[in-house]
Amino acid sequence: MALLVAEHVTKRFGGLNAVRALDFTIDESSIVSVIGPNGAGKTTFFNCIAGFYHPEEGRITFDGAPIHGLRRDQIAHLGIARTYQNIRLFAKMTAIENILVGQHFRLHGTWIGAVLNTAGVRAEEVTSHDEARRLLRFVGLAGKGDVLADKLPYGDQRRLEIARALATQPKLLLLDEPTAGMNPAETAQMTAFIRSLRDDLGTTILLIEHQMRVVMGISERIAVLDYGEKIAEGTAREIQTNPRVIEAYLGKGGAADVAGQDQGGIDVTPPSGS
Amino acid sequence: MTNQAVAPVAPDAPVAPAAAVDWRRVVRIGLLGGVVALYVCLVGMVEVFQPRALVTGIITLGQTTMVLVGVGAAYLTIRGQSMDRAGAAAAGALAGAVAGIFPAVLVVIMEVVNLRAMFLHASPGTSAVLTLGLGAAGAWVPIVALTVVGAATGLLLTARADIQRPATAALVALLLAGLFAGLLRPPLLASSVTAGIGRLLFASDGLTIAGAVIAFIAVVGGRIAMRRVSLRSRVAALSPERQRAARPFGLIALILLVVWLPHGVGPFFAQVVAVVVLYILMGFGLNITLGLAGLLDLGFVAFFAVGAYTVGLLTSTAEYGIALWPFWAAVPFAGLPILGIRGDYLAIATLGFGEIIRILAGSNLLLPLLGGPRGIINIPKPIEVPPDHLLAGPIQIYYLGLVFALVVAFVAIRLRDSRLGRAWLAIREDEDVAEALGVNLVQTKLLAYMLGAAFAGLGGAVFAGLLGSIFASSFPLFVSINVAALIIVGGMGSIPGVVVGAIFLIGVPELFREFSEYRYLFYGLALIAMMLFRPEGLLPSRIVQRELHVPEPDANGDANLDAIDQDARLSPGATG
Repeated sequence: MALLVAEHVTKRFGGLNAVRALDFTIDESSIVSVIGPNGAGKTTFFNCIAGFYHPEEGRITFDGAPIHGLRRDQIAHLGIARTYQNIRLFAKMTAIENILVGQHFRLHGTWIGAVLNTAGVRAEEVTSHDEARRLLRFVGLAGKGDVLADKLPYGDQRRLEIARALATQPKLLLLDEPTAGMNPAETAQMTAFIRSLRDDLGTTILLIEHQMRVVMGISERIAVLDYGEKIAEGTAREIQTNPRVIEAYLGKGGAADVAGQDQGGIDVTPPSGS
Repeated sequence: MTNQAVAPVAPDAPVAPAAAVDWRRVVRIGLLGGVVALYVCLVGMVEVFQPRALVTGIITLGQTTMVLVGVGAAYLTIRGQSMDRAGAAAAGALAGAVAGIFPAVLVVIMEVVNLRAMFLHASPGTSAVLTLGLGAAGAWVPIVALTVVGAATGLLLTARADIQRPATAALVALLLAGLFAGLLRPPLLASSVTAGIGRLLFASDGLTIAGAVIAFIAVVGGRIAMRRVSLRSRVAALSPERQRAARPFGLIALILLVVWLPHGVGPFFAQVVAVVVLYILMGFGLNITLGLAGLLDLGFVAFFAVGAYTVGLLTSTAEYGIALWPFWAAVPFAGLPILGIRGDYLAIATLGFGEIIRILAGSNLLLPLLGGPRGIINIPKPIEVPPDHLLAGPIQIYYLGLVFALVVAFVAIRLRDSRLGRAWLAIREDEDVAEALGVNLVQTKLLAYMLGAAFAGLGGAVFAGLLGSIFASSFPLFVSINVAALIIVGGMGSIPGVVVGAIFLIGVPELFREFSEYRYLFYGLALIAMMLFRPEGLLPSRIVQRELHVPEPDANGDANLDAIDQDARLSPGATG
């Protein structure tokens, strides 16, 4: 069943069509990836879903209800959470506080309750802290709850950002280049972790990636954007052999070099010597 | 020889070849000092301060201002430079002499041309101070005086540390004692026990010579005696358990001091401390809006006025009073008109809003209700007591404000540590991300505005009780700016910072009331210095502090992604 349906979504910046007439569907409990070269409109599309941009044309339906034009917090309430390409944690708050902000809208303590420190507020604080610690453990940050976010190592910050997004208990999690800046071994770890998010929590995941090799193993479906348009959509194997995709990544000349390579052959970095 | 104070200089030790004194720099600073001296003369500080003595019969405050200019010029010349003692004295003397030329020339010019059309204080009075009464024939006096002062400063700055420190402390103490003589004398004379001491130390216009000698000797002696037994180092030397055990005593002492304060300082100071407490109360309120949520609200005074007028209308026994309620009954309503305001216009409750309320209150439109410029008078005190009672006048307002301030501080602390406090902090850090996590920005910000405003209203109620009458002109924009400034000076989001900020910005200028509008000159200078040297505030908040102190992360995370830990080496933002 389709969790998110985007129809004919168009976003313009001045004369530039950053996203052009994009149709896109995400099935429940699936892992779907959007890939494409730099400037292809991946993050713009992402921002349209999360309410950071409002598309000029088209509609986006989430869980049966239209969400284009809603405020970001309303979209979050409906069950969409995201991470950022360049990590955007609350730098001067601790790891656990970052996660607690993610829980914010699901908690009910009022300011009067907080001032009077009522039993209800106290109980809520205890359960929310417990849950936050559970999330920290889940993403592998156990015991680091009291560290300021900007003092965490880079990889930990990425994981904390995911934990913060998970704290909103999203149905759909948008991950914007979660492996950016990671070496192959770390990338593999992160890929396994993303798969476990879906398998263990049942969260639907939309992944933006630059590197095709990251998404090949875990995505049920992959869409390729180039110049704001979807140029291909399908399974990993279909995408890998799609001549338009190879052309978009490597240019016409490069297409010949990768022909015949089996898997993971297509990458942002052109093969050496080409 | 390195520089000034820090390096102990043995007098007869072989002197290392000192770097040549940069005479051009010395002259440049001297010229700067001269401009300052000219300014001080022309704005009238020299003349206006002349009747007050620092030490009676020895030196007046007018002369002191000129001396301080010389000290400042010499200090700037010598600070940070490597000079031997003779070089420092010579440099100081030259800087002083150059600075002194300016007032000397001024004296001569004033003799020839009448400058009073432009500068009110370019008067014979100023000339008399500068020349010790000699007129144009004494134009040499400021040059010689500042040369001597500069040389003396140079000698003091290069003196051995064990001479320099006590001497500096004693001179500063002398200066302060002389400056505050007008404030210190009356309380001493008020009691028969201390009247003798008061008469010994202070004359009607300043320190007596005996007082100056006693103060000097006491401070020098005190410094020497205290050198090895600094209180702070002794406390630090105690074991943690002992320190913890000592804490309740410190707390009790603090409470006693706070309770005693308005009684022990005389009626004038009682009023001052009541006003300081009022500002602390408002500072705590604005601290929620500005310190926690990071929203600058310059319409604060509007809510202050609303609170004051509410209480005024409900309690006044004069013309515009509508209810004749006792003060206490009206206070809870001071915050109510504000708590009821929910809407977008509260969010734009800044600058303009504050002015609108003030102008409305003073307008003819609301004259039948609020009395316009005539204001509302005869607002009763919270407790009616005879004038000599323990709780008379501002004293009860001080206690009232103190209790309210404690309540507001309590509320602020509880909120800071709550779900709402975290949301405020998150908004302050990154508004977009906070919203994407489901935080409703409008609602959350409005709540911060509303709480801050409600406490401003409470402050207004206390204000109405303090003055007993309120007028539209009692609520200038300056109140908003003062409250915001005291939070920034104290340290954003910090509760003790608000207290320090209020004492520093509201209390201290009151001490200089004797010096009329000139005190704002120092107020401005102090603010600029503060922002240059301690931009994070005097007592920065926990959030700022914890940037400096980070707990060690627990090394063993049971991670399924442990390998990513190595990422510390990678620069964030590097893309694959």
